[in-house]
Amino acid sequence: MKMSTAPYDLEQQQQHQRSGVAASSQSPRSPSSSTPFLSVSVTDPVKLGNGVQAYISYRVITKTNFPEYQGPEKIVIRRYSDFVWLRDRLFEKYKGIFIPPLPEKSAVEKFRFSAEFIEMRRQALDLFVNRIASHHELQQSEDLRMFLQAEEETMERLRAQETGIFKKPSDLMQIFKDVQSKVSDVVLGKEKPVEESDPDYEKLKHYIFELENHLAEAQKHAYRLVKRHRELGQSLSDFGKAVKLLGASEGNSLGKAFSELGIKSEILSTKLQKEAHQILMNFEEPLKDYVRAVQSIKATIAERANSFRKQCQLAETVKLKEIDLERQRLHRSEKLAEAEREYHELKTESEQATKTFESIVRLMNEEIGRFQEQKTLDMGIAFHEFAKGQARLANDIAGAWRSLLPKLEACSAA
Amino acid sequence: MMNHHDFQQDPDDDDGVMESLLLHDEPSNPLQPPPNPNPNPKPDHHHPLLPSTQSPKSPTTFNSFLDPPSYAEAIFTSFDSSSSSSSNGTNHSHHHNRNTLTDELPSRSGSGSVSDYLYIFVSDPQKEQETSASLVPGAATTFYTYLITTRTDLPEFGSSTSEFAVRRRFRDVVTLSDRLAESYRGYFVPVRPDKSTVESQVMQKQEFVEQRRAALEKYLRKLAAHPVIRRSEELKLFLEAKGRLPLQKSTDVASRMLDGAVKLPKQLFGSEVATAGELSEVVQPAKGGRDLLRIFKELKQSVTNDWGGSKPLVVEEDKEFLERKEKLVEFEQQLSGVSQQAESLVKHQQDMGETMGELGLAFVKLTKFETEEAIFDSQRTRASDMRNVATAAVKASRLYRELNTQTIKHLDKLHEYLGTMLAVNNAFADRASALLTVQTLSSELASLNSRIEKLEVASSKIFGGDKSRMRKIEELKEAIRVTENAKTCADREYERIKENNRSELERINKERHDDFLSMLRGFVVNQAGYAEKMAAVWEKLAEETTAYSKEAAEL
Repeated sequence: MKMSTAPYDLEQQQQHQRSGVAASSQSPRSPSSSTPFLSVSVTDPVKLGNGVQAYISYRVITKTNFPEYQGPEKIVIRRYSDFVWLRDRLFEKYKGIFIPPLPEKSAVEKFRFSAEFIEMRRQALDLFVNRIASHHELQQSEDLRMFLQAEEETMERLRAQETGIFKKPSDLMQIFKDVQSKVSDVVLGKEKPVEESDPDYEKLKHYIFELENHLAEAQKHAYRLVKRHRELGQSLSDFGKAVKLLGASEGNSLGKAFSELGIKSEILSTKLQKEAHQILMNFEEPLKDYVRAVQSIKATIAERANSFRKQCQLAETVKLKEIDLERQRLHRSEKLAEAEREYHELKTESEQATKTFESIVRLMNEEIGRFQEQKTLDMGIAFHEFAKGQARLANDIAGAWRSLLPKLEACSAA
Repeated sequence: MMNHHDFQQDPDDDDGVMESLLLHDEPSNPLQPPPNPNPNPKPDHHHPLLPSTQSPKSPTTFNSFLDPPSYAEAIFTSFDSSSSSSSNGTNHSHHHNRNTLTDELPSRSGSGSVSDYLYIFVSDPQKEQETSASLVPGAATTFYTYLITTRTDLPEFGSSTSEFAVRRRFRDVVTLSDRLAESYRGYFVPVRPDKSTVESQVMQKQEFVEQRRAALEKYLRKLAAHPVIRRSEELKLFLEAKGRLPLQKSTDVASRMLDGAVKLPKQLFGSEVATAGELSEVVQPAKGGRDLLRIFKELKQSVTNDWGGSKPLVVEEDKEFLERKEKLVEFEQQLSGVSQQAESLVKHQQDMGETMGELGLAFVKLTKFETEEAIFDSQRTRASDMRNVATAAVKASRLYRELNTQTIKHLDKLHEYLGTMLAVNNAFADRASALLTVQTLSSELASLNSRIEKLEVASSKIFGGDKSRMRKIEELKEAIRVTENAKTCADREYERIKENNRSELERINKERHDDFLSMLRGFVVNQAGYAEKMAAVWEKLAEETTAYSKEAAEL
């Protein structure tokens, strides 16, 4: 096993990930009932509705022995906006934790219902829920339980409520963008200093922003590579057809050789198409997922900045209120009692804000280590699958062409 | 193509650092410089990841983010040993290297000796000016000349010097080509390069001149490869005669137009006694300018052939020929289809290599980034994994490019044969036009005969004879005599051309079989060989990442 020297334990990490989580499309297994487990799978995409309002619904199967859940197994039907609801709720409640990313909202219209897109989305949604279910804090979430257990009508009601009170995804995006630019400003040192002065945190922010750029580039080329495989496959197929025609018109043994060449070309064309799909699912998607995860971290960074600002503002306000209170005491004002009450309220609020902020800081520190480990594992798997796929393809190609050689030898002997 | 500007111009920016990191990390690498004796491929093929002359040395290993690939892997080695031009034993994939005339020589000390060779090289394009006064004073036209060097042991070239050179311009090549077409009707005479191309309008002069030089060389070599034409007087003069090319520009069109002599039709009308020299014109196809009436007659004949109720008196009878011709037509169609798809295939192979390279580069950047910013060990591990991915991708990219160069070389044979098909079509056209001449003369004879008959019938009705009619009959009889002579020539010519067609068809069928077989073999061997190399690259990466495999996870 050739790995660079590192105390980082891969095996342990893999075990940790798999505890109680089935990240594949089949039904989750049912392990022993003593250890607590929560295992989810997102399957069976089905197109519902008509025309513009058509959408895909998914079957979400939960297997668990958590006491709060109704029974060992439950199946519900969910759609994409339900997942969005869950993500938004978690983001609101669990500040500081990196919420697992969702696949993008919409796609080009004609592509939206293609088999490939649906499968990619299903895979991403499955990953999303499983990551939540295996996160020791997030898995305790009430909202997760609702998502996994509630009847469809309940879910619909919840979803409708949220869009009223909370923000629509598009608004969230806008907030993210605003905050992103604010955070960028902060990172770049443009804004006025209502910012933390933690150098390690600065470094982290810079790292996250840079990382997104690098990853996006890698993902872009990975996607192009998928296209290249498809194009080469198509080209080989056309070439094969033309060569076969040539072989047919030649007629003799040479003609047969041409025909064989044509047949092999067509076979290899199919293999190239298959490999293109493999690369898409096992290499490009994980890279995309990585990019989304980094974007989710950026949202958390924005949230932390908000929280910090709020904490500072409240601290300021409390100080001012304190001074005002003193003044009122000296002047024995009638408003003293009220002022005292307000002061206490503000003080509580301020303390709360500080607690929130500190909690975010603490959680982020835990999260970042876990995130790095998880990503090394995720990427390692992706790289390995990619390598295997390419090796398989190359060997198939070599084998196919080599098998032609004896036939060519026979031709020249003739 | 990878953006090699970044690589070569800015040593200070990121990519420049990348280049230095990718290269020369082992100054003592015994494989540098590459042992290829022709180390200078064309500039636009300069691979930024191959050793360049200005790369800085990075002696310490902690700066390297990629293991420099073994240069043995990077070197061009063609998998197949066949090559149509004689090789003196070195591995080189760029033939027609104009700077080294020596690499095309047969190896004298080698196993077999080559005799009856005729090697031609085109080099050293130079600009010259028209010396004759031009219409516009002060504006001289310029043209390019090329040095044509010949090496041969053929006896007709004079045994004393085995190497000689002349300067020729493109116009001379056109003359040569035209004269050969006249003298070798029915043969598959290689087709000369075009006078002007679309590219010549948009290309830079230098590029165009180089392209023309290469095309001329290819053309002359094809002539030298043709068993009959290589011994022609025309080619000999072209290669050997110093100074102006002593070949007449074919069919002096201008003078004939001027004197308006329409010789053959005059013969047909019997107003002149045909001379031997004029008879030879019968064996030439009708051309513009002089042969207006002849053209008109032959056109009328061909219309009769196509639309007339009765068959012409002479038809293409050779069934075998017709079959072969049809087959060739089909062959040409299919060949054209394959050639198109081959071009497309090459393009997509190229694209694949490029994208793979770009992917590798992106991972190089990621590796560098994670390494520099690493706080956690998991990051260092990931950086190491990414480094392996980058190395594999870059190697694979290079392999795709090499594969492509070889593929182009092999599939070029297809293009060559398309060129040959042009020559074949010309030869068949020669036959058709000769046949048309025969048909026209036959028709003419038939009509002359029928006119005589009519006149004889009419004059026999007049007692004592009809002086004017008798005179007319004599004239017509004379015309018949001349026309019969002409027809004899035309028949002979037609038969000659038919025989040329036949022998040529036999020749190219044999050659075609061999050529295509070797092309197929080369193509297949290359594809297989490079696929195997790529498999090795990816298997290595799979091994390096084996810890992440499902099997490892289940342990």
